[in-house]
Amino acid sequence: MRLPFFNRTPTFDHGIHPVYHKETGHLPIRRFPFAPKLYVSLEQHIGKPAIAIVRVGQEVLRGEIIAKPDGLFSLPIHAPATGIVEALEPMPSDNGEMEMCIVIRVYEADTQEVQMRYPHDLEALRGRELALVMQEIGVAGKGGATFPTHAKLIPPAGKQIETIIVNGVECEPFLTCDHRLMLERANDVMTGIKYARRVCGAPHAIIAVEDNKMDAVAALEAALPADGSVSVKVVATKYPQGAAETLIKALLGREVPAGKRSSAVGVVMNNVMTLAYIGRLLPLGEGMTERVITIAGPSVERPGNYIVPIGTPLRYLLEYVGARSTANEIILGGPMMGTTIPSVDVPITKGVCGVLAFGKKDAVPPQIYPCIHCGECVNACPKQLNPTQLGMLAAKREYDVMAEQFMLGECFECGCCSYVCPSHIPLVQQFRVAKYFLKNREKVT
Amino acid sequence: MSKHRIELRAAPHQHSGHSVPTIMRNVVYSLLPICGFSVWQYGLSALALLLTVTATCLATERLLNRNANTLGDWSAVITGVLLGLTLPPAFPLWMAIVAGFVAIAIGKAMFGGLGHNPFNPALVGRAFVQAAFPVAITTWVPAFSANRFSEFVPTTFTAPLMIPPDIVGWVKQQGVDAFTGATPLARWKFENVTASAHDLLTGAVTASAGETSALLILACGAYLAIRKFMDWRIPVAVLGSAALTAWAFQLVDPTHYPAPIFVMLSGGLMLGAIYMATDMATSPVTPVGVWIYGGIIGVMTVIIRYFGGLTEGVMYAILLGNALTPLIDRYTQPRVYGTGNKEQP
Repeated sequence: MRLPFFNRTPTFDHGIHPVYHKETGHLPIRRFPFAPKLYVSLEQHIGKPAIAIVRVGQEVLRGEIIAKPDGLFSLPIHAPATGIVEALEPMPSDNGEMEMCIVIRVYEADTQEVQMRYPHDLEALRGRELALVMQEIGVAGKGGATFPTHAKLIPPAGKQIETIIVNGVECEPFLTCDHRLMLERANDVMTGIKYARRVCGAPHAIIAVEDNKMDAVAALEAALPADGSVSVKVVATKYPQGAAETLIKALLGREVPAGKRSSAVGVVMNNVMTLAYIGRLLPLGEGMTERVITIAGPSVERPGNYIVPIGTPLRYLLEYVGARSTANEIILGGPMMGTTIPSVDVPITKGVCGVLAFGKKDAVPPQIYPCIHCGECVNACPKQLNPTQLGMLAAKREYDVMAEQFMLGECFECGCCSYVCPSHIPLVQQFRVAKYFLKNREKVT
Repeated sequence: MSKHRIELRAAPHQHSGHSVPTIMRNVVYSLLPICGFSVWQYGLSALALLLTVTATCLATERLLNRNANTLGDWSAVITGVLLGLTLPPAFPLWMAIVAGFVAIAIGKAMFGGLGHNPFNPALVGRAFVQAAFPVAITTWVPAFSANRFSEFVPTTFTAPLMIPPDIVGWVKQQGVDAFTGATPLARWKFENVTASAHDLLTGAVTASAGETSALLILACGAYLAIRKFMDWRIPVAVLGSAALTAWAFQLVDPTHYPAPIFVMLSGGLMLGAIYMATDMATSPVTPVGVWIYGGIIGVMTVIIRYFGGLTEGVMYAILLGNALTPLIDRYTQPRVYGTGNKEQP
C-alpha cells in the first residue's frame, strides 16, 4: 500500500492530465505492405540533408545506401524497398516546405527481404569509432526530434556522461508504439543500450516508463542484464513527463541549467525505440528502412501499431487503415505537439511516431475570451514560466521583453498552457511565432 | 482519399474542455443554494433584491457592450448575485439598482470588461452604496418573520431618491424574539457580546442577505474547489491569516479581543474569502503571490474590524488586496526551471 503523501511515484512539478486514449496499447505490432511508390526524403534528420548517390532509372536493393551523409551531423539513407529509382523530385513535407525525395517504384513480385547489409566487427570498437559505424545504419532520434543518434551519444569535449536515460515514457495521448516495442522487443532495447553505453562511456542506464504501462516494465525487467548496470524506473503518468527536462527532474531530482543540454548534468537521453532499432540493426549492419508507427484517432477504422516502410505516402497509409472521408485533420506525431499536414502526399520519415486522423465537426474555432487571470497556465507550465504574462506580451508583440524578462527561450512548446486555457487563448501558438520572429528577425522584418 | 478536405491547425490539438462560460456558470450554480437559503430566511424582500441587482447588472453589461454580446460569459450574473448577497435583505430596490449599475459600469466596463477590471466589480458596487447610503446599508431585519412570504419589508419599495422609512415599529410587530437589530460584529464592537460559533455556522444571526450561514458558504465553496473552478489556496490563506492575527490579538488581551473562530465565521469574511477574494481577474496568478495576497486580506480584515470606525472590514481588505495584485504578481514571478540556486546538482 502506498501512503498518499509519501513514496510517491517520481514526477516533475506542474503538468497536465489529458485523456490518454491509449486504446491501441493492446494491439500487437503488425507489418504494413509496401506502397507501389515510396518517396524517400533526403531531410529525415536534423542537420545537413543527405546527398543522393543514385540516378534515375537505377535499380536499388532493399537496404542499399542511396544517399550518403554530409558530415558528422548527418545520416545516410537506405533504400526501403527493392525497386527502380523513378525520379528525384520535391514532395510536400510536414513543415510545409517542399523537400527533395528519391522516388522508388517498388518491384511488386519481389519478396522484399533486406538484400544489402554493411556489417562490422563491433566488439573491438569503442567511443567515436563505434559512433561512426553507428552513423552508417542511419538511426535518428525516434521521439520526433530526429537528432542523429550517433552524434548525440558522443560526449561534448570535457564532459563525462554518467547516465543514459532511455525514454520509454510516451506521454503523448494516443501513441502506443513505444509501449508495444518495449513489450515485444525488450531484448533489442538491452542490446541497443549496450552499444550506446560503449559510445558515450556511461556507467549507468535508466529506462523510464510511465506507470500506465506496467506490463512493459515487467517485460523490460525480465530482459535486464545481470550486472545491475541498467535499471527500470517507473514515473507518474503525466504530460509532458517524456520531455528531457521533466524526465531528468523526475529521475535524478536535478534541473538542467537554463539554456544548456542534458549533458550539462551528465545525462544523455534517447528514445526507447531509437535504442531498440540500434540494438536490432547495428549487429547486422542493416540500414534503417522502416519503423513502428501508431496509427490511430477517431477517424481510423483499423487503428494499431504498424511497421511502416520509410517513404510510404500518407495517402496510401490512410487508405490501408481505413481513414474515413470525414477525417479533416491529419496529425503527424501526438495530439499535443504533433503537426497537421498540408497534403496527404507527405511521406513517412524516420521521425514520425504516430499518424492520427480526426474528423472534427466544428470547423469554427472556439470563441476566444479575454484572459481572466485564472492562473491555470502558470500552474500547468512544466518549466515554471509565466504564460499569462507571456501571452499578454505576445498580444502586444513585445517579443524582446518576452525573451529577456520572462525567459521565452526556455519554452519547449509542450502546449500545456493552451490545453488548460479556459479562454482558448492560443498561448503556445503565439510563443512559437515569437520564437520564430526572434530567431529570424532579419528575414521577417 | 483525394476528396479529403484537410485543415491546418497548430498544436495542441486537444483541450481540457474548460471554458470561461463553464467556470462562470459553475460559480453561479454554486451560489444558488446560498441564494435559496437567503430567500428562505428573509422571504420576498431578499428575492426581490437578488433579482433586481442581477437584472441591473445584466442590463448594464448589455448596454455598455453594444458591439459584442458579452452576457454569454456569465460573469455579469456572478457580479449581480454576489452583490445582492452582500446587501442587507431590506435594502431599498432603487439603491440596489444604483449598486448594480456602478458595479458593472465603473467596476468593470470602464476598464475594458471581463478580465481587465482591477477591482472586484461587486465590491466596487457595494463600496459605492456603503458610502452613499450609510444608514440603509446598516438597517437589518429579522430572519424568519412570520409573513415573510406574503409581504415585503417596508423599505424595499422606497420611492427612488427617497430616504427609506423607519422600520423599528415594523420590526416590533414581527414578534421575532431576541432580535437586536445589530450584526454579531457590531454587537461585539459596541457591547462586547460574541455570538456562538453554532449560530454563525447555521445562520441564526443578523447579517446581509447571503452572509448568514458560514457552513453553507463553506460547502458551496468546497464544491467549486473540488471541481477546480476556484483556487482553494486563496480562501485558505485569507481565513488562515485572519485566524492567526485574531489569535495573536487574543493572546495579548483575551478579555477584549474575540476568539479566532468568531473572527473567521462572523460578518462577510466567509463569503468574501471564498467568492470575492478568489475573483480570478483581480487576484494574483503566481503560486507565491496567491498566498501573500490572501494573507494581506486576512490581516487587513482583522485590523479594520478591531481598529477601524466600521464594524466590518472584509470589503476594504479585499479591495486593497486587488489593488496590490499587479505589484504582488510582479515581485513573485515563479522560479523558472533550470535557474536560481537549484540549477546546480
